[in-house]
Amino acid sequence: MKITKEEVLHVAHLARLEIGESAVERFAGQIGDILAYVDQLKQVDTAGVRPTSHALALTNAFRDDVENQHLPREESLANAPQQEDGNFLVPKVVG
Amino acid sequence: MTLYDLSIEEAHRLLKNKEITSRELTQAVLDRIAAAEGRIDAFLTVTAEEALAQAAAADRSIAAGQCGPLNGIPVALKDVICTRGVRTTCGSKILSSFIPPYDATVVSRLKRAGAVIVGKLNMDEFAMGSSTENSGFKITRNPWDLTRIPGGSSGGSAAAVAAGMCLGALGSDTGGSIRQPASHCGVVGIKPTYGRVSRYGLVAYASSLDQIGPLTRSVADAALVLKGIAGHDPADSTSVPLAVPDYTAALGVGIKGARIGIPREYAASEGLDPEVLAAVEGAVRTLKSLGAECVDISLPHTKYAVAVYYVIAPCEASSNLARYDGVKYGFRADDGADLIHMYRRTRSQGFGAEVQRRIIIGTYCLSAGYYDAYYGKASQVRTLIVEDFKKAFEVCDVIACPTAPTPAFRIGEKIDDPLTMYLSDIFTISANLAGIPALSVPCGFSAAGLPIGLQLLGTHFGEESILRVAHHFEQAKGLFKKRPVLSFTC
Repeated sequence: MKITKEEVLHVAHLARLEIGESAVERFAGQIGDILAYVDQLKQVDTAGVRPTSHALALTNAFRDDVENQHLPREESLANAPQQEDGNFLVPKVVG
Repeated sequence: MTLYDLSIEEAHRLLKNKEITSRELTQAVLDRIAAAEGRIDAFLTVTAEEALAQAAAADRSIAAGQCGPLNGIPVALKDVICTRGVRTTCGSKILSSFIPPYDATVVSRLKRAGAVIVGKLNMDEFAMGSSTENSGFKITRNPWDLTRIPGGSSGGSAAAVAAGMCLGALGSDTGGSIRQPASHCGVVGIKPTYGRVSRYGLVAYASSLDQIGPLTRSVADAALVLKGIAGHDPADSTSVPLAVPDYTAALGVGIKGARIGIPREYAASEGLDPEVLAAVEGAVRTLKSLGAECVDISLPHTKYAVAVYYVIAPCEASSNLARYDGVKYGFRADDGADLIHMYRRTRSQGFGAEVQRRIIIGTYCLSAGYYDAYYGKASQVRTLIVEDFKKAFEVCDVIACPTAPTPAFRIGEKIDDPLTMYLSDIFTISANLAGIPALSVPCGFSAAGLPIGLQLLGTHFGEESILRVAHHFEQAKGLFKKRPVLSFTC
């Protein structure tokens, strides 16, 4: 499975990554090799096989809906790169 | 008596008998870190002051008659495990200044048991790697040969335990990240059953595969630490509400009649070093001499495990790592004109190459038109791998095979070839896909003097069986007494 430079750039954008010109070529080659290796899965007959998303048959874990302690606002904000008036500050979203 | 080289068991006995104090022991370990760190580079943060305070508290509680098995024992944590008030980086520049506001459940449990935390250990960025060369900060060296990698991603944990820089450590294992470095550094490492140990406060890489476990210098020590951290936690909905057995008591039972499954596919694996094969075959003969029976088994789909893993793990990672956006915590690039640019620059500058590679693979495999061909297909083959193990465990109690296909490779040897690096996890990955427990125990040395690990795999929640077999093997071989000779002392 070959992956083109354009595909790498498109997927990088979806993943909110900015890949430099020199890295795109290298990534396309390496990712192409990895996907080619992964393609061996096509040899396996999986007709009618259920997919596994978790190895244990887990069911939803519920708890009673009771009031609980939560992280105080100052602590929640303590690691923020920028904050203002008790909120996370981000660059302009709409023009 | 070299205090930093004591096993947890021995140190506990000395603390309990008041022959040493935790302060003396902790100071000896801190001195050892100061002497060895320049060569090994295992630590990202050393918390000397906090450790000495915890040691003093442990000494007071021991004087008051509280002497649990971990009370006063100096341990260290892979830097993927959150510690309240102590920087937790995940080996990534994107978290280089992150100070968690809470402790991971395993950390609360260790603290409650009186363990002394001496610091945070180097790792491949976000636990993605097999050599610790993907750390955003530094390269850890193997104490047995400083030109070689310690394995990964818990390379700092394994190297620190081997070099006497802590008595035990916690690592995390998503595809072999505890067992492979344990094998390369000549220590014991166990990946528990998925759900046995809470993942609350473990920074997520691939959530259906990640599990925290101990690295120690003996199997008995691994049993003690595992008992200390295991058990149900309401804060992790995938942790399982089952009672935790007394793993130490389980070691006392012999292994006569234990059925050891030998997968017939593995001896012929491409890339398996003949010295590793010989050491593992020798280990199997030792197990037989201890009364175990060997059973021929087949795991026909495990040859696809690496391919399955390198779809499922990047898919889960691409979703988990979406949270690093420069808003709530961590690094933010300062030149983003608008939100999307800020996200893209933050993530490109904050993540290293391997992390970006896996995010792109995962995003690609989950994107419209490719989901069924990649994620769907890999999830189905995962089912076949689970079923292989179910069938195998109908005729055996424990499976034995190599941990890693080769002894530790040289620093720089595989860093430019990700696919070759991935293949060093060929024997470890299937246990994560199936959620079963697996450990690595030292079983020999190569001609060049590098440690080789034997891997033992068990059934879901069958940690007692693999620990028991490993313990009797270790006692018979006595290899755990051999320590790396470092050309410096303290």
